[in-house]
Amino acid sequence: MEFWSTLVVMEQPFIVDDPSTNTFRVNRRAMVDPEVLAAERANIFDRTWLYLGHESEVAKPGDYVSRTLGGRALVLCRDLDGKVQVWLNTCTHRGATVCRETKGHGRFLTCFYHAWSFDLAGNLASLPDAEAYGPGFDRAALALKAPPRVDIYRGFVFVSYNPAVIPLVDHLAEARDYLDLVCEQSDTTMAILPGTQEYSIEANWKLLVENSIDGYHAMSTHATYMDYLITAMRKAAEAMGEPLAPPSLSGHARDLGNGHAVIEYTAPWARPTARWAPPLSPDLRAALDARRAELAERYGEARAQRICETSRNLLVFPNLIVNDIMAVTVRSFEPVTPGLMHVRAWELAPVGEPGSLHEVRLDNFLTFLGPGGLATPDDVEALECCQRGFTSWRELPWSDISRGMAQERPGITDELQMRVFWRRWNQMIGGDPASASGGGETEVRLRAVGGGR
Amino acid sequence: MGAWELTRAEAEDFLYDEADLLDGWDLEAWLALCTDDVVYEVPATGMPDGSPGTSLFLIHDDRFMLESRIKRLLSRNAHAENPRSRTRRLITNVRVAPVGSNGGGPEAEVRASFHVIRFRDDAMHHYVGRYTYRLRQVDGRLRIAHRRAALDADSLRHSGGKVSILL
Repeated sequence: MEFWSTLVVMEQPFIVDDPSTNTFRVNRRAMVDPEVLAAERANIFDRTWLYLGHESEVAKPGDYVSRTLGGRALVLCRDLDGKVQVWLNTCTHRGATVCRETKGHGRFLTCFYHAWSFDLAGNLASLPDAEAYGPGFDRAALALKAPPRVDIYRGFVFVSYNPAVIPLVDHLAEARDYLDLVCEQSDTTMAILPGTQEYSIEANWKLLVENSIDGYHAMSTHATYMDYLITAMRKAAEAMGEPLAPPSLSGHARDLGNGHAVIEYTAPWARPTARWAPPLSPDLRAALDARRAELAERYGEARAQRICETSRNLLVFPNLIVNDIMAVTVRSFEPVTPGLMHVRAWELAPVGEPGSLHEVRLDNFLTFLGPGGLATPDDVEALECCQRGFTSWRELPWSDISRGMAQERPGITDELQMRVFWRRWNQMIGGDPASASGGGETEVRLRAVGGGR
Repeated sequence: MGAWELTRAEAEDFLYDEADLLDGWDLEAWLALCTDDVVYEVPATGMPDGSPGTSLFLIHDDRFMLESRIKRLLSRNAHAENPRSRTRRLITNVRVAPVGSNGGGPEAEVRASFHVIRFRDDAMHHYVGRYTYRLRQVDGRLRIAHRRAALDADSLRHSGGKVSILL
């Protein structure tokens, strides 16, 4: 059970974190060793909050989706009273899954094996020949079982397998403000659009955490996307006789507490809420400017500027990425083996957005994002190349994540945001009992014992 | 307009020639088969009948985006395809239905099953699904006006986790 006890006697630490020399290194063993994955399951995925899905995925009473989280088969549904519910996808009788569709609608979840049937509020509604169980039969005790903790923040549904986990709002810490910024794009609500990008990457899951919040690789890995974007912008600007501002990415990285981190920056791309830029049609300019003015009225100019004009890549430790860029993607991932992860990505959009803007949003998303876009396939390739490179971890054990350590205020091409993740990871993997809360700069240097080479 | 009818044999010849161009990475020649208003789309897995205006897709390209995709693939910076994969397209179950006319010329709908096998890094990835085309007759030649590749799989986990080639 206590996997960490075997890991703490390792000869080398997983992390070297030495501010005196601006050194931050991660031991590549963390990406290849099955023992490390076992420790991650026990000390992270079984202990903290995990992102499961969004309540809009089960918008109507009777809607359900099934998916695996932290290795467990779960059902997310909305019962007939309208309450969002999460159930372990297993019959309380003999264990078969009660939901075999990835998505559906109905009044009952029925285990076909012996035809036990549960309503979406979990109650055991019917079973064949119930009288055979006799008078002591406790039907209530055989209701579907929920994971120990389920909570929702602004539509984002989280689950924890740890009954003693800290409250979700405390866990989210300053990441809440960034989820708020995403939600404030809509006056009504934000919803996940139909369709899931389901893929896999033959690499360690932590590499996707790093990659999703890595500003440094944007210009090198994604040169072909930048070329597309600049060509499209130049073409449109020329057609309109508008000057084209020189494209740049600039902004800062922030530690949001508890392992959460963000990069927030200005970027050349248009944002459907609400930053007009070529190659958007000039016809859309008035609508976007009006939307921008409405949000300034409601939230004040400074906040509206952030809602509308800045992009952000947000990590909610350990398994949620919300990238609010040229469109909003919600991405979640799950380790299968040290060298394989499953990934799901969705698109989040304001409900009731005008049709023309909505179509722009959908197309914007696909230019960059997703396994068919102009960028994500190269991220997949990069991560798989790293994983292949890690085969020599014994001879070359250390990856360097020290970029920007000497900076007063690290920028988006620095690596503060990854260090925030790794410090928290290191704290939790070490079995630190305090790790269900807290996580500031001082306590995370527990294992910063130098060494290595 | 009623005078033009695309035969199955003609449709098959067109699809086989197209597959050769794609398998041979002759992407500029393939692009020349497309009309200026071409749409190339790949719906998300699990939603083969989705609409790109309301649901999440994997690919929804207009001519400019498709040109950008090809420019990217032919550069050295499409890292997922550098070095290039080798592919083999097996196309079968071809059916043709006339669908009337667009302003640019008469059109026919062609459906076919595909199995695209991609080899790279000693791995084999499979893309299996259905093509739906609208082929338009322009100046006596067939052109692709609309091309949808809808995958049958539940995910891209058997497909190398991505669609880095033209399906």
